Amino acid sequence: MILIVRALGRLCIDAISALGRLVLFALATLSHVFRPPFYLREFFTALVNVGYLSLPVVGLTALFTGAALALQIYSGGSRFNAPEVVPQIVAIGMVRELGPVLVGLMIAARVTSSIAAEMATMKVTEQIDALVTLSTAPMKYLVMPRVLAGLMAGPILVAVADSIGIFGGFIVATQTLGFNPATYILNTMNFLTSADILSSMAKGMAFGFIATLMGCYYGLNSGRGAQGVGAATKTSVQAAAVLILAANFLLTAVFFTA
Amino acid sequence: MITFESIYKSFGSNHVLRGVNLTVERGESLVIIGGSGTGKSVLIKTVLGLVEPDSGRILVDGQDVTQVKRDAFLSRFGMLFQGGALFDSMPVWQNVAFRLQRGALKRPLAEAREVAIEKLRRVGLAPDVADRFPAELSGGMQKRVSLARAIATEPKIIFFDEPTTGLDPIMSGVINELIREIVVEMGVTAMTITHDMTSVHTIADKVAMLHRGTIQWCGRQTDMAQSGDPYVEQFVNGRAEGPIETLR
Ligand SMILES: Nc1ncnc2c1ncn2[C@@H]1O[C@H](COP(=O)(O)OP(=O)(O)O)[C@@H](O)[C@H]1O
Ligand SMILES: [Mg+2]
Repeated sequence: MILIVRALGRLCIDAISALGRLVLFALATLSHVFRPPFYLREFFTALVNVGYLSLPVVGLTALFTGAALALQIYSGGSRFNAPEVVPQIVAIGMVRELGPVLVGLMIAARVTSSIAAEMATMKVTEQIDALVTLSTAPMKYLVMPRVLAGLMAGPILVAVADSIGIFGGFIVATQTLGFNPATYILNTMNFLTSADILSSMAKGMAFGFIATLMGCYYGLNSGRGAQGVGAATKTSVQAAAVLILAANFLLTAVFFTA
Repeated sequence: MITFESIYKSFGSNHVLRGVNLTVERGESLVIIGGSGTGKSVLIKTVLGLVEPDSGRILVDGQDVTQVKRDAFLSRFGMLFQGGALFDSMPVWQNVAFRLQRGALKRPLAEAREVAIEKLRRVGLAPDVADRFPAELSGGMQKRVSLARAIATEPKIIFFDEPTTGLDPIMSGVINELIREIVVEMGVTAMTITHDMTSVHTIADKVAMLHRGTIQWCGRQTDMAQSGDPYVEQFVNGRAEGPIETLR
C-alpha cells in the first residue's frame, strides 16, 4: 500500500517537475523573440519546413475528413429529418474543431518528429556543444527560428485545412447528396462567424507553438547514442499530440462556453 | 593560464572527476592521457561551460570561468571535438567560417569564404572541398575540416579531443605534425586528449595522466619514460598487467 502511494507520489512529482521544466523552456524561448541576434536564414528555412512542406499532407487529410463529415452529417441528420444542415455543420465542425486538430496532429507527426530527431542527433554528435563553443546560443540559433515558424505557419495551415475541409464537404454534398452548389456556399458563408474563424487561427497558432517547442525541447534534452535519439523523437511526438489535444479542449472551453 | 582547482563531477552514481588539480601555462602544450571513459572529455568541457562541475573552480588568466562574459570568453577558444561535430546542414566552408558569418566577428561573405579556404589549405585540403558537405568527406578529411574550424579565428587557447582516433597511422602523423605546427606558429596554449603515444611524443610539452578521477601523474614529456609511476608505465607501454584494471 505504502509502496503504491510512494510510487504514485513519485510519478506526480516527476510529472510536475517535467511540466515545470517545459514551462521554463517555453518562457526562455519567448524571451528570445525580441532580443538580437536574429537568424533570418534559419527562420525562413524553418518556415518552409513547417509550413510550406506540410501543405500536401494537411490538404489531403482535410479534404477526406471534410468529405466524410458531410456523409456522416447527412445520414445522421436524416434521422432527425434535418439532412439540410450539412453545410452549416461541416463548416463549424471543420473550422472550430477538425481543421485545427488535424493540423496540430499532422505537424506533430511531421514537424515535431523531424525537429526532435535533428536536434537530438546534433546533441549526440556534439554539434550542439560545437555551436556553443562558436559563441552561438542554440536557443537563438536553433529553437527560436523553429518556434517562430510554428507560430506563423500554424494559423496559415489551419486556414488552408478549414477551406479545403469545407471544400471536401461541398464536393460530396453537391455531387452525391444532391445539394445545390450556390445554396451550399451561401449557407456556409452565412453561418460562420468571424469569432469561429479567429478561434480557429488562435488554435493553429497555439498548436504550431506546441509542436515546434516539443520537438526542440526533447531534441535538446536527448539522451546519449542512437537510442537517445529514438527515445527523444518518440517522446516529443507523444507529448506534442497529447498537449495539442489538451490545449484544444481548453481553448474550446474558453472560446465557446462563455 | 588555465587552472583547475579540485574539480568534482558525477553523472548519477558515476563519479567521473574526483578532485582534479591541474595547471597549464601560457603557450604550453599539455597532453592528457588516460583510459577511455576516465573523464578526459568531461574535464575539457568544464572549461568551456559545456559541463558544469559539481564543485571546484576553473581559472583562465586568473578569472573564474563562471564569472566571465560568455561571448568574449568563448571567442578566445577553439575546439576540435572528438567526433568532429561538423554541422552537416551546411557546406564545409560555412562550417569553417561559422564564426565569421555571424555575431561579433561577422565579416562580408566573400571575405569569410576566403578565410575558410585559406584555413582549409592550411590543414592540407584543396579549395574544391569547400563546397562539399561534411557527410561526403572521409573521416580524416572531416577531422581536418574540424581542425580548420577550430583555428579559423586564430584563438589563443585550443583544445583537441582525440585528434587522431580512428585515423590511419599516416593520417595520424599528418594531423600530429599539423597540431604541433599550429601550436608553435600561432603561439597558442593547447590541451590535447589522446590515447596515441605518437601524438604524445609529437605534440606534448607536458603530460598529465587522468586515472580514477584525479591526475595520477603530471610532468614533462621528456620525463615520462622515467616517471617511476606504475600507472604511467603501464599506459605508455600498453601492458595488460599492471595497477590499472583492464576490466571496466
Ligand atoms: N552528459 C553525460 N551524461 C551522463 N554521463 C556522461 C555524460 N558525459 C560523460 N558521461 C560519462 O562520463 C564518463 C567520462 O566520459 P568522457 O569524458 O567522455 O570519457 P573520455 O575520457 O573517454 O573522454 C563516461 O563514463 C561517460 O559515460
Ligand atoms: Mg572523450
